[in-house]
Amino acid sequence: MGVITDLLVTLLETVRDVLPIAIILFGFQLVILRKKIANLPQILMGFLLVLLGLAFFLEGLERALFPLGKLMAKQLTAPEFLGITENAGVISNNWAQYFWVYLFAFAIGFSTTIAEPSLIAVAIKANQVSGGAIGTWGLRISVAIGVAVGISLGSYRIVTGTPLHYYIIAGYILVIIQTIYCPKSIIALAYDSGGVTTSTVTVPLVAALGLGLSSNIPGRNPLLDGFGLIAFASLFPIMSVMGYAQLSEWVAHRAKRRQRDDRGE
Amino acid sequence: MTQLLKHFIYSLFESIRDLAPIIGVIAFFQLLVLQQPIPDLAGLLTGTLLVVIGLTLFVHGLKLGLFPIGESIAHDFAHKGSLFWLLVFAFALGFGTTVAEPALIAVADEAAEVAATGGMIVNSLESKESYANGLRMTVALSVGFAILIGVLRIIKGWPIQYLIMGGYAGVVIMTGFAPPEIIGIAYDSGGVTTSTITVPLVTALGVGLASSIRGRNPMTDGFGLIAFASLTPMIFVMGYGMVI
Repeated sequence: MGVITDLLVTLLETVRDVLPIAIILFGFQLVILRKKIANLPQILMGFLLVLLGLAFFLEGLERALFPLGKLMAKQLTAPEFLGITENAGVISNNWAQYFWVYLFAFAIGFSTTIAEPSLIAVAIKANQVSGGAIGTWGLRISVAIGVAVGISLGSYRIVTGTPLHYYIIAGYILVIIQTIYCPKSIIALAYDSGGVTTSTVTVPLVAALGLGLSSNIPGRNPLLDGFGLIAFASLFPIMSVMGYAQLSEWVAHRAKRRQRDDRGE
Repeated sequence: MTQLLKHFIYSLFESIRDLAPIIGVIAFFQLLVLQQPIPDLAGLLTGTLLVVIGLTLFVHGLKLGLFPIGESIAHDFAHKGSLFWLLVFAFALGFGTTVAEPALIAVADEAAEVAATGGMIVNSLESKESYANGLRMTVALSVGFAILIGVLRIIKGWPIQYLIMGGYAGVVIMTGFAPPEIIGIAYDSGGVTTSTITVPLVTALGVGLASSIRGRNPMTDGFGLIAFASLTPMIFVMGYGMVI
C-alpha cells in the first residue's frame, strides 16, 4: 500500500506546483480576454492527464531511477574506484583514470535527455510547425548528443579544476559562428533546445554526479566546483542542433547536385 | 473503444522505447563496470512501470490540454489586439511558473549555503533564508522579464540572434564583475528554471502568437521564448551576487 500513499502525496505536490499556472491561464482567459474556452472539457481532461502523468512519472523516478543513478554516481566517483591515494595530486592529472566517469557522464546525459518529457513536447511541436521537415527523433537525438558531450566536458572541467567561464565563453563564440552559417529557420529552435533539456530527469542525476566528483577529487570544493554541469548541458545542445541542421542541409544539397549530374546538366 | 485502447497500447510502447536507454545505461554500469547486483529489483520494476505510465499520460495530456490552451490564449490575445495585457500576461506566466518551481527552491538553498561559507553573508539561518528568498525572487523576475521580451520580439519580428548575442555579451560582462562564488550558481540557474509544464505551454504560446500575427513565421519567430528564459537568470543572478 506504500506505493499508493506515496503516489497520492506526489500527486498533491504536483497539483500545488501546477496551481499557479492554472490560475494565471484561466484568470487571464476569464477576466481579461472574457472569452469562453473552446473545448473546455477536453482541455480539463488534458490537464488531469498531465497532472496524473507527472505524479506517476516523478514517483517512479523517485522509486527506481534516482536512488540507483545517484548511488552509481557516488560509487564511480568514490576514491577507491578512482584510485585516489594520499599523494593524489599526480594521479588526478591523469585523465585516463577517470575514463569510466566520463563514459558514465556521456551515457547518462544522452539517456536522460531521450526520456525528458519537455524535450518530447518541443520535438512534437517542432515537427508539427515545420510540416514534418524536422523529425522528432532527429531533434531529440541531436539534443541528447549535445547534452552527453556537455556533461562529459563538464566532468572533465571539475576533474581538472579549470574555471567554468572560460568554457562557457568559448562555447558562446562557437554558437555565434555557427549562427552565421546555419539555416535561418532552425536558429530559434536551436537556442530553445538549450533550456529545454535540463529538467525533471536530467537535473537530479547530473547534480549527483557533480557533487560526487567535486567532493572526492582532492583540491575540489563541492560548494564551488560542484556547479556548472547544468550550464554545460544547456549550452552544448545549441551547437549540436545547429550542427544537425547544417549537416542535413549539406546532405540534401549534395543529393540534389548528384541528381543534376546524373541527368548530365 | 478498441481504437482508443490500441492507441494507448501503442503510446505505452513508445514510452518504453524512450526509457530503454536509461535502463540500459544503468544495467551496463551496475552489472559490468561496478560489478554489483541490482539492489531492490522489485522496487526498480514498480518504479519503472510508474514512469512508463506517467510518461504516456503526460504526452496525451500535452496534446489534449497544454498545447491547445497555450495556442488558443495566443490567438485570443492576438485577436484582442491589446499589447499591454499580452505583455502583462507574458510576465505573469514567466514569474508565476518560476517562483514556485521546486528545482529553483533547491538551487536557491544551496546558493545560500555557498554564500554563507564564502563569507558573503552572515552564517545564520535567518540571513541564509532571506538570501535564498531574494535569489528566488530575482530568478522569477528575470524569467518574467524574459518571456515579456520574447513575446515583444515575436510581435515586432526582431531576429532572435541579435538579442541572444546581446544576452551573451551581458553574461560575459557580468562574469567579469560578479564575485567568483556566485558564477557557477548563476550559470546553472539558467538551466533549472524551465519546468516540464512551463516548456510546452510557453512553446505553444510562442508558436500560436507567431501563427496568428500576419507576416510572422511560426518556425523562425515562434520558438525562442525558452532561450530567453534560460539566459536572463544568469545575468540577474550575477547582478544579485554583486548587490548583496
